[in-house]
Parts: sequence; C-alpha cells; structure tokens
Amino acid sequence: MTSVLYDAPGPRAKRRNVILSVVFVAVLALVLWWVYKTMDDKGQLEWSLWKPFTQSEAWTTYLLPGLADTLKAAALAMVIALPLGAVLGIARMSDHRWVRGPAAVVVEFFRAIPVLLLMLFANEFFARSTDVSSADRPLYAVVTGLVLYNASVLAEVVRAGILSLPKGQSEAAQAIGLRKSQVMGSILLPQAVTVMLPAIVSQLVVIVKDTALGGVMLGFTELLNSRGTLAANYANVVQSFIVVAIIYIVLNFLLTSFASWLEGRLRRSKRSTGAVLGVDDVDELNAGEVGGTFATGAEK
Amino acid sequence: MKLRKVTAATATVFALALTATACGGDDGGDNNSSSGGGGDKIKIGIKYDQPGLGLKTPDGSFTGFDVDVATYVAKELGYKPDQIEWVETKSADRENALARGDVKFIAATYSITDERKEKVDFAGPYLLAHQDLLVKKGSGISEATDLNDKKLCSVTGSTSAQNVKKDFAPDAQLREYGTYSECIAGLQSGSVDALTTDDSILAGFASQEQYKGKFELAGLKLSNENYGVGVKKGDTETVNKINDALEKMVSDKSWEKAVEANFGPAEYKNEPAPQIGNIVK
Amino acid sequence: MFDFISDYDDPTLLGAFWMTVKLTVFSGVGSLIWGTLLAAMRVSPVPLMRWFGTVYVNIVRNIPLTVIIVFTSLGLADIFGVTMGAPDDFALQGFRLAVLGLIAYTAAFVCEALRSGINTVPVGQAEAARALGLNFTQVLSLIVLPQAFRSVIGPLANVLIALTKNTTVAATIGVAEAALLMKEMIENEAQTLLIGAVFAFGFVVLTLPTGLFLNWLSKRLAVKR
Repeated sequence: MTSVLYDAPGPRAKRRNVILSVVFVAVLALVLWWVYKTMDDKGQLEWSLWKPFTQSEAWTTYLLPGLADTLKAAALAMVIALPLGAVLGIARMSDHRWVRGPAAVVVEFFRAIPVLLLMLFANEFFARSTDVSSADRPLYAVVTGLVLYNASVLAEVVRAGILSLPKGQSEAAQAIGLRKSQVMGSILLPQAVTVMLPAIVSQLVVIVKDTALGGVMLGFTELLNSRGTLAANYANVVQSFIVVAIIYIVLNFLLTSFASWLEGRLRRSKRSTGAVLGVDDVDELNAGEVGGTFATGAEK
Repeated sequence: MKLRKVTAATATVFALALTATACGGDDGGDNNSSSGGGGDKIKIGIKYDQPGLGLKTPDGSFTGFDVDVATYVAKELGYKPDQIEWVETKSADRENALARGDVKFIAATYSITDERKEKVDFAGPYLLAHQDLLVKKGSGISEATDLNDKKLCSVTGSTSAQNVKKDFAPDAQLREYGTYSECIAGLQSGSVDALTTDDSILAGFASQEQYKGKFELAGLKLSNENYGVGVKKGDTETVNKINDALEKMVSDKSWEKAVEANFGPAEYKNEPAPQIGNIVK
Repeated sequence: MFDFISDYDDPTLLGAFWMTVKLTVFSGVGSLIWGTLLAAMRVSPVPLMRWFGTVYVNIVRNIPLTVIIVFTSLGLADIFGVTMGAPDDFALQGFRLAVLGLIAYTAAFVCEALRSGINTVPVGQAEAARALGLNFTQVLSLIVLPQAFRSVIGPLANVLIALTKNTTVAATIGVAEAALLMKEMIENEAQTLLIGAVFAFGFVVLTLPTGLFLNWLSKRLAVKR
C-alpha cells in the first residue's frame, strides 16, 4: 500500500482512511437512494419502458447490428491509425526538413477539422473517385475520418512520449553504433509507447466512441444511431440512453483491460530496456496492489 | 525484444479487426444474396425513426405514410415490395444521396423549397402538412398568440425551430434536441409545454401505442410544408412517372387509406390530397 | 456562392463561433482544475480517493459525449431538477449544462494525460523530495506535477483541441454555437458540402493557432534530461 509519492500510512492515517471511507459510502448510498426515488417518482422505472430490452427483437433488430457496425469501424480505424500515428509522430521529428514539414502540416491540419466533417468529405470523395458501393461507403467514410484525425492525435502522443525520454537513451544507443532507424525502433519507440500508454488507450476509446459520429449525417447504422430508431419504436428515450451507455462502458472497459493486460506483458521484459522510469522499483513497491498509480497506469 | 512484442501485439489487434470485419462481411453478403434473387432492386431513401412516416419496426420491416407512398410508387414503376431496398437518408444527406445516385428517389418528410429545387427535382407534392404543436391533453393551447410565454421543443436546426425563433414566438423558450423522441420525453416530464414541428410527424407520434390518449395536436396551421418525392436533378422521366403514380394513388383511394392507417388514431385532420405541382406557399 | 451566410443574423456566423469559444474557455478551465484533482486522487495515499478517481475516469471516459450532454438536459435537468440556476431560461440553462457535461467528460482525459506526465518524472525526483521531508501534497504540487505538466503539454493540447471541436455536441441540447448554425444552414440551403467546408475552415482557424502555440510552448518548457 505505498508508492514513491508518500510514506506508508501510520496508525493515524489508517484510522482517517477508515472514517473517510465510511462517510463516503454513506453519502454515496444516500445519493443512489435519491436517484432511485426521483426516477421512480418521475415514472422512469416503469417496467413497460425497460421491458423491450428483455426481448430478443430489440437486440437483433437494433442493438446488435449497431454494435457490429461500431466494432467494425472502430477495429479498422485502430489498426490503421496506430501505425500511421507512430509513423507521423516519428516523421515529425525527422532530421530532414522535407519529411518534418509535410508531417507537421498533416498532423496540424487533420486534428483541427471536426471528425464529423472529415467523414462527410470522405464520403463525397469515395463517391466521386472510387467505385465503392453505396452500401459500404458510409463505413469507408467513417473509418477514413477516424483514421485521419486519430492518427494525427496519436502522432502527437508518440512524439511527446519520445521527447520525454532522457537524452542518455539515444546517446547511449548511438554510442554503441546503432543506426538512426534502430535507435528509434528498438530504443525510443518502445519506451515512448509504454510511457504514453494511458494516453494512447484514451485515444483508442475515443475511436470507439467517435464511430457514433457516422450516424449523424451519413446514416451509418452504428450503435448510437440504432438507439434512435429503437427509442422511436419503444418510446423509451431515457432508458435506451442508459442501456447504450452501459454497452459503451462495458465495450471500452474490455478494450482498456486488454490494453493493460498487454502492457503487463510488455513490461515483463523491462529489465532488458533498463528501468528508465524506475518502473521496476515502483512495481516492487506496489506489489501489484495499486495497479500502477505512479508507474505507467494499468487500468484497474 | 520489445519491438517483437509490440509487433506481436499489433498482429493480435489486426487479427481481432479482421475477425470483426469478417463477421460484418457476412452480413453484407446476406443482403446481396437476397437481393440477387428478386431481379433488379430499387433503392429508396426514407427516415428510420419517425413513427407514422418512416419507421423501422422491431421485426425489421418498415411502416409509415412515406413508406406506403414509396411502396406504391415503386409498384407503379414496376418493382414488387420485395425488390425495394430501403436506405436511411438523414436530412443533411438527402440532396447529396440523390446527386450521387445512392437512391432512386427519397420520400422522407422532404418539404419542397426553392433552395432544394436548385439541387434536386421534386415529384408531387403528395401531402400538405403544417407546422403545429403537440401538447398534453387538456393543456388548452389553441392560439398561436399564446406561444411567447411557453416552453417549446423542436429538433436542432430544423425549419420548425427556426420558424419559432424568427416568426411565431421569438420570446418563447425554445429547447432544441437531436431528435423528436427526446422532445417527447421532455413533454412527458413537463419540462416543456409543447413539441412543435409538422403536424404529420406529430400525428405519427401521437398515434403510437405508448402515447395514445396522452397527447393531442393543437390544430394550428403555422406554416405550409409540401412533402415531395425527391429525384435526381434532371431526371424528368422519373419525376413524370412518379407524378402519374401519385395521381393514381389518390384516385384509387390508396392514398386515403394510407393516411387513415398511419395517422388515424391521432384524430389528425389531414388536408385533402394535394394536386400534383400545386405547391402551397 | 457564400451569399447565404449574410442571411443569418441570430446568431451570425461569427456570433456562433464566439459561443463555441466561450464554451471552450469555460469548459477548458473547469476540466483542467477537475482533471488535475482527479489525477491527484488517482495517485493519493487514501485508497478511497484512488478508487473514486479510477472508477470516475473509467466510466465517464467510456461514454460517448453525446450521451453525457443529452443526459445533462434530459436526466439532470428534467428528471432530477438540476437546472443550474436557470429553470426558465433555456438558452442559459443549456449553456451551463453543456459546460458541466464538457467539464465532466474532458476532465477524464486531462487526468489521463497528467498521469502519463507523472510517469515521465524520474523516481529519483519524488524520492529526493520525500527524503527532504515533504509530505504527499507537497511532493505532488511542488515537485512532480510541475514537471509532469511540462512534459504533457503536447497531449494536453490534443485534449484542448478535441474539446474545442467537442463543443459542437452542445448543439444536441440546443446551445446556439457553430454546429447548430451549421445545421440550420444545411436545412435551409441544401448545400451540405459547401456549408461543411465553411465550418471546417472556421474550426481550423480556431484550433490551428492553439495547436501551434502549445507546440512551441511544449518545446520551450520541455524538461531537459
């Protein structure tokens, strides 16, 4: 129960923690009861409003197809945006002006435009310049919009991660005779990715949620769009929002859990890259209890 | 070492993505195979989330007045109901969907306006609607002059919302939500006094099972909305065919039946079927 | 080609973007404060606070912003009666609810960016600080956070730019900012692409200088190691 930021709690601190916890739980219970009571008073808990979600039709007609589209678009966007983001981030730090310049322009431009509009333009682009069928086009447009934006953001995250590494890392790598690409690929990038993992995971979650923008103008039938159709049928707007919110929470929780599992595996080989951030030390202190509060935060 | 792990991880993600797309691909395949069976298909743009006009129901079929009109028109054009492929056209995408040829025509609460006529051609009109209010039963709102001290709700950026702000009730409190369903929720909880948009849309909601007997239309005729069938600019042939179909639909009483079936329960006093080409300003 | 823009005077194009700026500034300041507090909670010695911070971030970050914003209006205001001191003024109420929703959402991202930043501070810094006898609050506020902030200006710039564009979601509860005006124009003018381009340009004008300035700042303030 400790970290490098503070001492192990003594008897007084322990007592204080217990009292705080009890008070907090009491307040939380009170709030939950109030929420329940108010929703009950306003008739939001009536069974008829929730019943549709216990029937298979609501799922097979609206939610599951919506979820499938959301997953499809998100997975494609992630797979393309992650490597592209890393490439753009590295390119922006290139020694060559003609690489650095265009990369910077791409990054700054595409993260400045709202994703919704990127999707709109991408849709028109695919319609005019390719023969993608009109049924598949919304998916292409949504993925394109997501990739352009998120690769730009990830580029910045990767760059910040690399810049935050001690200079000694690249100096030592150069000293033992590694080429520039080796310094970047074997020394800097892996460490930068590990350091920035919380921010990268956040961005992946953004991708999942931003698929919802495809339903606003393009009629891409993702989860949030399907929710609208569902609510129009069953007249349960508030309830449908709650159910869809829960689906998103679970979905993204699975994603972040997967990422933290991956991170754990990545970090097992830490000794080989050297404990730049002293992650090992913190890990020993944490002993797995505090899911990396100070170290690269594992999502718990 | 590190790099290899990163590569392995990337490969895992890639595999997951492929699985996801593979599943999706199957869905698409099913659609295509079923479409291949019935000969030529016709793609028609409608709304998916408007009860009474265009609604995707839990069993996956489509109902509503727009759907009935479109089905009838398609029949006259030589397509059986199972040859119709419904496409959801969001309001913002209607002109572009026609221009790109994504759909043959659009019947989706599509009011004929001068600006839109520059981009697309219209057949019809097939329904004359008016902006109206949906209120709780017995609320006593029946005059447009009452509106300035009321709390109204409409859809973000819609013509109805703009009309309220500019013309009918500039001093009224107007809340704008993304869809009508959210406004109805506000109406039920009492945070707004009325939902305002075309009376046809309102009647569609009021006719829904869950809302029957709870709401009523105020019966104001605040504007004229001439619903037309949108067709690609310059496709006069299709426009003429659709116009013939619409005339036939009125003369053989199918039009009346469709109105009754979709708006009946709301005690909606519909306008008589409009003359083709007669746009009421 | 662009004549139609002058037809809109309530609000004008500039007025609508001014509302976007206001939403961004209020939510930006709010989420920076709340996000920093959340980050502090997530590394604090009190288990309860760590738990709260973690749960908060993992729930709020995982819900689409649209759902959160709609909930501030349909849920918070309508069902729970939290009208932010403006029960009878929908414009003001919508604005305040939108800012509240944007802060709640963006703070989760500020918190995660800061946590990344805390990771970049060498352990020796905190150890040395504790050896001097500083307590948790002092270690965090005097030693760790100042360095953490400087190393994550890049990611925070991302968050700020995302926030600027996320203010468009406020249109779903009727705040009269840029996206709402865009929807009105699209409804009236039947020129979706042209109007989209106008507003895309508007957002580039708003966010590009922000990105470039913060990029320059992050270079200037980078902790030399």
